[in-house]
Amino acid sequence: MATTNIVHTEMPRAPSGGRKVVIPVTGMTCAACEARIQRTLSKSPGVVDASVNLMMGNATVSFDPAATSPETLVDTIRATGYGAEVPTQERTAFEEQEARDRAQEDEFLELRRKAIASGVVGVIAMIVSMPLMAAAPHGGQGTVADPFMRWVMTSLTPPLRAVVPWLYAIPTPLLSYGLLVLTLATMAWAGRRFYVRAWMSFRHHSADMNTLIAVGTSAAFIYSLIVTLAPRFFITHGVEPDVYYEAVVIIIALILTGNAFEARAKRQTATALRALARLQPKTARVVRDDRELDVGIDEVRHDDVVVVRPGERLPVDGEIIAGRSAVDESMLTGESIPVEKHVGDRVIGATINGTGSFRYRATTLGADSVLAQIVKLMRDAQGSRAPIQKLADRVSSVFVPVVISIAVATFVVWFVALHASGAVGGAAVVRAFSAAVAVLIIACPCAMGLAVPTAVMVSSGKGAELGILIKGGEALQRAGDLTTVVLDKTGTVTEGRPTVTDVIRSGDDARSREELLSLVASIEHSSEHPLADAIVRYAGEQRVALSTVEGFQSVTGRGATGVVEGHAVAVGNTALMADYVVDVTSLATDAARLSAEGKTPMYVAVDGQLAGLIAVADPIKPTSRAAIAQLRAMGLDVIMLTGDNQRTADAVGREAGVDRVVAGVLPEAKVAEIARLQEQGEVVAMVGDGINDGAAIARSDLGVAIASGTDVAVEAADVALMRGDLGGVVQAIELSRRTMRTMKQNLFWAFVYNVVGIPVAAGVLYPFFGILLSPILASAAMAFSSVSVVSNSLRLRRFRAV
Amino acid sequence: MLWVNWYFFFAERTAATASPDATGRQDVTVIVRGGYDPSTIRVKAGRPLRLVFDRQETSGCSEEIVFPDFNLRKFLPSNQRTIIELTPPTAGTYEFTCGMSMLHGRVIAE
Repeated sequence: MATTNIVHTEMPRAPSGGRKVVIPVTGMTCAACEARIQRTLSKSPGVVDASVNLMMGNATVSFDPAATSPETLVDTIRATGYGAEVPTQERTAFEEQEARDRAQEDEFLELRRKAIASGVVGVIAMIVSMPLMAAAPHGGQGTVADPFMRWVMTSLTPPLRAVVPWLYAIPTPLLSYGLLVLTLATMAWAGRRFYVRAWMSFRHHSADMNTLIAVGTSAAFIYSLIVTLAPRFFITHGVEPDVYYEAVVIIIALILTGNAFEARAKRQTATALRALARLQPKTARVVRDDRELDVGIDEVRHDDVVVVRPGERLPVDGEIIAGRSAVDESMLTGESIPVEKHVGDRVIGATINGTGSFRYRATTLGADSVLAQIVKLMRDAQGSRAPIQKLADRVSSVFVPVVISIAVATFVVWFVALHASGAVGGAAVVRAFSAAVAVLIIACPCAMGLAVPTAVMVSSGKGAELGILIKGGEALQRAGDLTTVVLDKTGTVTEGRPTVTDVIRSGDDARSREELLSLVASIEHSSEHPLADAIVRYAGEQRVALSTVEGFQSVTGRGATGVVEGHAVAVGNTALMADYVVDVTSLATDAARLSAEGKTPMYVAVDGQLAGLIAVADPIKPTSRAAIAQLRAMGLDVIMLTGDNQRTADAVGREAGVDRVVAGVLPEAKVAEIARLQEQGEVVAMVGDGINDGAAIARSDLGVAIASGTDVAVEAADVALMRGDLGGVVQAIELSRRTMRTMKQNLFWAFVYNVVGIPVAAGVLYPFFGILLSPILASAAMAFSSVSVVSNSLRLRRFRAV
Repeated sequence: MLWVNWYFFFAERTAATASPDATGRQDVTVIVRGGYDPSTIRVKAGRPLRLVFDRQETSGCSEEIVFPDFNLRKFLPSNQRTIIELTPPTAGTYEFTCGMSMLHGRVIAE
């Protein structure tokens, strides 16, 4: 057994209720080393049990998490003179998603709790502040700087006076102090996160959304605090001693509410991954020692025989060895019609068996399984960034300091302007101050940060649902810019499997169609030519019996000959017929017609006489025509590339409806063809099976591989299609275009929101229209701008396959 | 205003230099708490680098770490260490950020 260094570890519960950890240890050479580490570990505080394995090169330790930690244990081992590592927590994508879900759920619940509580406090604070404002000279009408509060006051005061007249009887200082306490409590409990995080960021010389909220609310709070403690100071300077406590509380409440909605929406962006995680059955029924037994999915071994009953979900990937059924693969491939599966066919784990039962041999397991590969591709895509993000990144990184600068400038400009216009010093301060706070509060860097990643997240999930795996944001973006789609012919436009299309008897020959087919198939049974295989298969389907062949001979480039039931039979082209001096004139017209249709005709001669003609062709997939028409309708140039001769290629191209056919292209020349198109300025997608066109796929701007079998991750490709038909190409391009559109909308909204919101908050509209933005309204706008961006991305979930 | 801009853009950040161990690997632990500490990591190019992100907070902002150059985006569970292994292929600066590009750090390979 290889002594691999195990970096993988889980943290299973040890029997004691403590934890267990496997620590890789290096440098152990003998049993003495092993014993020494084991002894040292066992004596360490908090260790329940330790066992060191020299061969595996690791230490398994059960410990009490309250008394020690994996890090301490690693240090302990290192102190003995050996190397040790804190084990990597190699999580599967599903476990990671679960952890993230838990964290987000906790976050959401906390946000909701705090948002509701601070919202209630906010309403109370607003009611309590009514009498305060009313108590101000002129009933507060003249100088309340916040237009929103002024409006609230005018509409709320009369009913309030009628319902709770006693409120207006409470001395104002008492009300002020009451509000002070209420606000301080709200800031310390519900708003704590903003201040702590702002401080943390500040220490790292960075600033974020929290900085803006913290600075904005703190400024309002400190101003109000001074007013409460020293109202005289303001009065002597001609300023009304207004407080803004209610604004602080309501801003906190609104932003928490926005954050809660955002947390919920962000959770939904991962729906597709959770859905995939649920596809994996937990157990499998396998045959061991001639008995069927249920085992955990982790215990299924390579080559195990798995038994599947009707309606069951397949636990692992494999190959059918007995039985048959139709299998619903829609959840992985997007193919809605169940696929017929016979002995020898591949089946994929997580798909659902129809009404038949079968047994199959497990082939790929765990991380190699198709499901795991899909999830991995999807995760990688979600982890990647779209180039379009760079712009948002550049703005984000300078955003907050710039906003703080604007806020300071706003204050200065307002103050100076009001002073110059003869306003009382104090009133100028109040108004300038309110505008500066509004600027800080309305600015929202979050919307920008969320614009692109949420769209990538949702669309890669949607893609996986449709059997389209787009590898990353860059591929998404290029797919949106395509001008030309190049399709490989064999296996992409066509089935990739030659089939008999015509059997024509010679007029002079007495043999029936079946007899003719039997003779040909008997000969071809001994041949290894791909066309021969098509004939034999066809004969099988037609239930035509085969006979034994004597003296079989394969004539390279011409055909095959042999003796069947005493008759000399030759199957091949004109050259072969000429060799045997067979006159083909009676069927030459048919042969020419078939060739023109892109088929391969073969003459059949029996005992030196022409007996018939059999044609083989690689038929076009039934879905190709419609898909190609759609691609063209999308404004794309569709080119078909093939190694076939011009005539065959033209025939197939005509039937498929492509714009142009490039025939006679050797595999190496495909790359050159792509390069040539690119030189002409085209953005080219190459669609192929990824086997003999890998280089062309790699060279193209967007390589699309039609995944075959269990290998999902075709290295060179940017897009892997789980389904064989070209409809996937249409969907992939359409989805990419939609995603790009969503990203642009998001970025536009995020930019415009800030570009418009910040100046309005700063009061640029005031000189013209008298419009000033209340800090409270600013916080509402800010809270919902990021929610709207995430919601817009979530609309991609409704993407309909065309 | 000047000070604000100086503080956020030009002030010296914490930096750490990792030197390869006997096997050529470089280890750096980064504390994630409202930012990355150290936020600048100097390493040798072409040698495997192991970054241990120790996330000591629950703030949603830092829940993901992104290395755009390596197409890597990873969830960092709260109050846990998460190991990221990568090899800077050539000398240069490789940025890393949080999921929303608000927190910044960089790996400088020499």
